[in-house]
Amino acid sequence: MQILQTCSGSAPSRCLPYGTRPRSSCTSVPDGLAAPGKAGQAEPRPVVQVPTDALKISRHLTRRDQGALTSATRSHAGKAPKTALEPPFSGFEGHPQQPNATAPLPGTLLRASDALLLFLPERSNLAGVRHILLVLSGKGGVGKSTISTELALSLRHSGKKVGILDVDLCGPSIPRMFRVQDNDVHQCDSGWVPVFVDQDKSISLMSIGFLLEKPDDAVVWRGPKKNALIKQFVADVAWGDLDFLIVDTPPGTSDEHISTVEALRPYKPLGAILVTTPQAVSVGDVRRELTFCKKTGLRVLGIVENMSGFVCPHCSECTNIFSKGGGEELAKHAGVPFLGSVPLDPQLSQSLEEGRDFIQEFPKSSAFPALTHIAQQILDGTLQQSS
Amino acid sequence: ERSNLAGVRHILLVLSGKGGVGKSTISTELALSLRHSGKKVGILDVDLCGPSIPRMFRVQDNDVHQCDSGWVPVFVDQDKSISLMSIGFLLEKPDDAVVWRGPKKNALIKQFVADVAWGDLDFLIVDTPPGTSDEHISTVEALRPYKPLGAILVTTPQAVSVGDVRRELTFCKKTGLRVLGIVENMSGFVCPHCSECTNIFSKGGGEELAKHAGVPFLGSVPLDPQLSQSLEEGRDFIQEFPKSSAFPALTHIAQQILDGTLQQSS
Repeated sequence: MQILQTCSGSAPSRCLPYGTRPRSSCTSVPDGLAAPGKAGQAEPRPVVQVPTDALKISRHLTRRDQGALTSATRSHAGKAPKTALEPPFSGFEGHPQQPNATAPLPGTLLRASDALLLFLPERSNLAGVRHILLVLSGKGGVGKSTISTELALSLRHSGKKVGILDVDLCGPSIPRMFRVQDNDVHQCDSGWVPVFVDQDKSISLMSIGFLLEKPDDAVVWRGPKKNALIKQFVADVAWGDLDFLIVDTPPGTSDEHISTVEALRPYKPLGAILVTTPQAVSVGDVRRELTFCKKTGLRVLGIVENMSGFVCPHCSECTNIFSKGGGEELAKHAGVPFLGSVPLDPQLSQSLEEGRDFIQEFPKSSAFPALTHIAQQILDGTLQQSS
Repeated sequence: ERSNLAGVRHILLVLSGKGGVGKSTISTELALSLRHSGKKVGILDVDLCGPSIPRMFRVQDNDVHQCDSGWVPVFVDQDKSISLMSIGFLLEKPDDAVVWRGPKKNALIKQFVADVAWGDLDFLIVDTPPGTSDEHISTVEALRPYKPLGAILVTTPQAVSVGDVRRELTFCKKTGLRVLGIVENMSGFVCPHCSECTNIFSKGGGEELAKHAGVPFLGSVPLDPQLSQSLEEGRDFIQEFPKSSAFPALTHIAQQILDGTLQQSS
């Protein structure tokens, strides 16, 4: 970070942004990976400490309560984290996170028999997942959720079992793209049951979208609460056996990303796919995401350039609405694989709008070859890895 | 001390629940349109992870200087009619990533609001990142004493965008931020070769949302390759492409903002 001294020569009263260290250290170290509790960082401990199944032992699937739940830590239904704003805003700045009144404090309400269960070795909910991959972008709206969705559909068509974990807490797009936005999350002994998109159970999803009561409900949370839910999403969803778990992320390089990478680290993710559009403004942000990956030790599987050209369905002429080639150049510059260019395709947009299976229903559409090619490269990569 | 925002007549925020719908684009074009109406405009870019504004004016390599009142905003030209502040100017290298948790972001936003010496402005446009998170809460809190005019919400026509923008409307309601209106961006594409229109990202979702939510609908901006190119190169679209397809919608949005402020003062 640099703020230059004044040209007129008078001494400035402040020369660095508040709370930052001199030089570039504030921009280069992911704060969340440093020791917690650093001065000025005010990292409250997350509310969620106890696996939900230790709080209520039940062998049955339980439906959500009709009365709205107010915390993600409630055990007897996986529904509705607090959706209202927490007034007053200023009261939450730097204060330790108050445990939600409805959530039992860790340890206090456990009976002896329950407490014993905490010490029995538990198989991690991610133990049956063969490959974890993240879909990232510094930039919003480039198509992370689209690529996550189409990748899942393509992998399914190759006979794989796929899960999608949607950690975009403010803008959860995944449920709608499979037309299951009205589904609920149920619980089982191992945790939360992911939502299956069909009888086949070959694609399963988890998203905050399923936990919100009304479509207008806004998740206006500061970092600590988001971090807590992400930890739960990573630890408490009973995925079962999956070939691939795709983690769809929000744009940027912030709390959600730091927390997600930290929480997934023990499970050794395969790596990250970075999505961009061709324009400089997107590529600029994605370069920063590459830096994030480098700093967090996350392998970059490759870059996808989305919305890359539009072929008019009427006259077949191609127009580069969002410029061209920026993604491919970036891949070359950064020395990472270029996975392909996906064109703007009205049938793809429509398919996502209606929650349809684009890979199955539109094999002749312009985006189909690029999307299936991306999936094939992922599959080839995992085959190489195991051989 | 006289507050650095004391000389700013109107503050408006550009929000969206959804990423990539065109907040920075609309902020930029709104600033250019207002300038063409003779106004002095500032843009405060509080997107700390993905600061787009400097590039859209081709000043991404400029530095921030200080003066007695605080930080001097970056002027886009000799005219000094548009000034900018963004974390983009504070990063040493284009690859530098801002990987901060909430508290650090909040601290910088407070500084951005309090310590930039804007001087006298007719409009201060605050460009925000997508979502409803730390940046948004902190920005609204910090601006509250200065009574912002309100917020423009940007969406694209598809359901997935509209779904997120509905949540942003809830955010505005909860924070008492007036919604000036909704803009539907990327609304249709007219092929420059055959002039046929294709609704690449569906159609009409923004207008429906405005009706449903009882807020003004400010207009639909079509996909316009000349607009994208203009932003790519940091050019003045309003000045250089008055015949382009997005021009009427963009100037109309600015006009409604101006009319609204005139109404307010009379």
